[in-house]
Amino acid sequence: MKLNYRVVLLIIATIFGIVFSLPSLTQSERGAKVTLGLDLQGGLHMLLGVKTEEAVTSQLKSIASGVSRFAEKNDIMIDGLNASSDTVTFELLDNDDAVLLDGYFKKIEGTVVRASGGNYSIAMTPVAVEKLKVQAVDQAIETIRNRLDQFGLAEPTVAKQGVDKILVELPGIKTQEEEQRARELISRAAKLELMAVDEDRAMRVNELGDAEAMGYGDKILVDALQPKVKHLVREIPILDGTMLTNAQVGYDQNNNPTINFTLNSEGAQIFGDFTAKSVGKRLAIVLDGKVYSAPVINERIGGGSGQISGNYTTTEANDLAIALRSGALLAPIYMMEKRSVGPSLGADSIRASLLALVSGFGLVILFMMFYYGLAGVIANLAVVINLFIILALMSLMGATLTLPGMAGIVLHIGLAVDANIIINERIREGLRAGIPTRRAIAEGYSKAMRAILDSNVTQILACTILYVYGTGAIKGFAVTLSMGLLASMLTAIVGSYGIYLLFMDRIEKNKNYTLWFGMTRKAQ
Amino acid sequence: MELFKEDKIYNFLGKGKIFFLASFVLFFLAIALISVKGFSFGIDFTGGTVVQVKYTEAAPIDKIRESLKKNELFAHATVTEFGSPQEVIIKTPASTMGLSNDIGDTTKKILTGTGDFEIRRVDMVGPKVGDELRVKGLTAFLLTLLAIMATVTFRYEWRFALAAIIAIVHDIVITFGFVSYFEVDFNIESVAALLMILGYSIHDTIIVYDRIREHIEESKNTDFVMIVNEAVSRTQSRTTLTSLTVFFVVLTLFVFGGDIMMGFSFPMLIGVIVGTYSSIFVAAQLVVWTGFNVAGYRQMLAEKVKNRAEKEKMRAQFEQGIV
Repeated sequence: MKLNYRVVLLIIATIFGIVFSLPSLTQSERGAKVTLGLDLQGGLHMLLGVKTEEAVTSQLKSIASGVSRFAEKNDIMIDGLNASSDTVTFELLDNDDAVLLDGYFKKIEGTVVRASGGNYSIAMTPVAVEKLKVQAVDQAIETIRNRLDQFGLAEPTVAKQGVDKILVELPGIKTQEEEQRARELISRAAKLELMAVDEDRAMRVNELGDAEAMGYGDKILVDALQPKVKHLVREIPILDGTMLTNAQVGYDQNNNPTINFTLNSEGAQIFGDFTAKSVGKRLAIVLDGKVYSAPVINERIGGGSGQISGNYTTTEANDLAIALRSGALLAPIYMMEKRSVGPSLGADSIRASLLALVSGFGLVILFMMFYYGLAGVIANLAVVINLFIILALMSLMGATLTLPGMAGIVLHIGLAVDANIIINERIREGLRAGIPTRRAIAEGYSKAMRAILDSNVTQILACTILYVYGTGAIKGFAVTLSMGLLASMLTAIVGSYGIYLLFMDRIEKNKNYTLWFGMTRKAQ
Repeated sequence: MELFKEDKIYNFLGKGKIFFLASFVLFFLAIALISVKGFSFGIDFTGGTVVQVKYTEAAPIDKIRESLKKNELFAHATVTEFGSPQEVIIKTPASTMGLSNDIGDTTKKILTGTGDFEIRRVDMVGPKVGDELRVKGLTAFLLTLLAIMATVTFRYEWRFALAAIIAIVHDIVITFGFVSYFEVDFNIESVAALLMILGYSIHDTIIVYDRIREHIEESKNTDFVMIVNEAVSRTQSRTTLTSLTVFFVVLTLFVFGGDIMMGFSFPMLIGVIVGTYSSIFVAAQLVVWTGFNVAGYRQMLAEKVKNRAEKEKMRAQFEQGIV
């Protein structure tokens, strides 16, 4: 027996396979390992869409509120200020102020201002709209990630998919309650607005329709705690959550949880100015379109801090504070796809696929030994090493093993022996034709190799296309399969040949083809 | 152990017309079935919701149906037993877009009072996702066929490639005829199965093609039918053995994988059988019918060799500075 490079390669591949698949097999803390897909370990998978057009609407609203502030500050008389889904319109009453106003608009980037006879209409340029949409998605990803990080779940994944979709994967979710809490945290717009109550018409709030209220530049909002109570507020907020610097859970005098927020200096300034000239009027604290409280302003409020009180549990208050701290979502998100698997089902799936793996594998091994004798044992060895290599490669890539991936591996065992069957049938053919052992084996390998190579190259090419065009499950499938094909070429063509070479002298000497190749018919 | 007489050459092509007829009939039956009956597409494609619920005791299916009926989301819902009497699958074409209160939460609320249960799985797919999947899946499939066409043409000849593609389509259509007939759910796993069958079919076919090519190159025989017969006979033992091992492995998946794997294991099971049949009886046969010319192919090979020799000669001359 003398070593040859093929055997050495096989031994190296074996060691590689075993060493790098060990962390996955033992589920140890250290080392790269295969992550189990959510369908196997349980968890929540969501594909979220972003309503980017609403980011545009809210951007226009904030332009409108800027105009309103600017006009007030400089004593410019404007009327009918209104923000629709694509334009902001108003009427300038005194044309002498046009220069001042134009100067203001020059400073706002990405807008187109049209003015005719004092009627102004402001729209965003298409480029600015696109930019804002992209920004809205990126910001949503950032925000969701921030929120989940503070939520304290193990290994959350938040990633962009396509142009305007967000993939969220939470493996740590165990119960439906937990899942619902996470969903609420993610989807919460957390849009804080401070709005002035329209005291002139507040009495008539129950008689007004939405359209009529809009005509006055007002908006009807419901109360968060008493859904039947309505509030009439000015449509354009005094300020919003973008000027918020901090939000913490506190407790009021009755020991109920509240959320205390702090504004930045600009926000504090606006807040102070507003309260100073609105003494006796009410200020509505609005969160996600609902009025949480509308206290009467007694005096100028400096310092820029406020409080939101609702009937919160501490957990709810805590989640809300997280949402406020991590910022509002520029655009609302919605669910496009959700897959949630309970941990018990995942365990069942693992058990079922392992059972299929073990029994399928057992069948194949027995068959090969029975049919091909020692050649079958060599083939089995190649298949086992092959499995280790797949697992090792997947671990190193940090690949995810899903249920279809599992099925792919089970199936791969069936296919991996095929290379060995082709080779063994070729060798038998040669031996039967009376070709000397050494040459029969060599020819068997070289001829089988051409067919295997042709087929595998075609299949790997197909896998590449699948990987590029496929989605989730299909991608995993393509990765498992192509790795299997590469590993089987290494173990079957290179490795097992090396083993034959190792024992060649012995095979040549005793010529026991029944023992070595399972041949029962005499050679011609 | 040996099961096959390697040295015997069977006249597979002699019975070509019978197999062609069988394939033809099956193929068009499958197409008719698919176009009339269609597939029972899973929510991956149609959008909708699947909720898997496990009760501690036998699931009260009637009671579940009764409770669900009251809610609009479940107006067209079906409730079926899944794997065991304790477990049911609720399937509805409806889905919800909101995150804070979704269809899974609603189901839980509705089912409260029907017994002690645990919601094990909620799969919800919005309508847009399904459309995208269909387009992407079809693109991937067609591109894969193109890639196979290109590689087989490059390594063999265009007629071989054409025959291989026809064999693949044949296998897939017939397999999915069965899927349609038995009303197995067509979901994303079925797409994986489809691709697997595609891979398996091309693999089997190439193994036979390789033999045909070898015989063309090594023998002086000009009768293509005989060459094909010999190639198919010689590879028949490996085709059968491999198919058997793969078949048994898929069978274990089918038996132990449970209902959740059904969309994958069922088409695979049929696909292996059809794929094996087609690589023995259809793929090679088709090459003969496309009018493959052995003499022409040999000439092409000879020219290739000549060209290569000439190139090398030129290079040698160039290197020696003659040209």
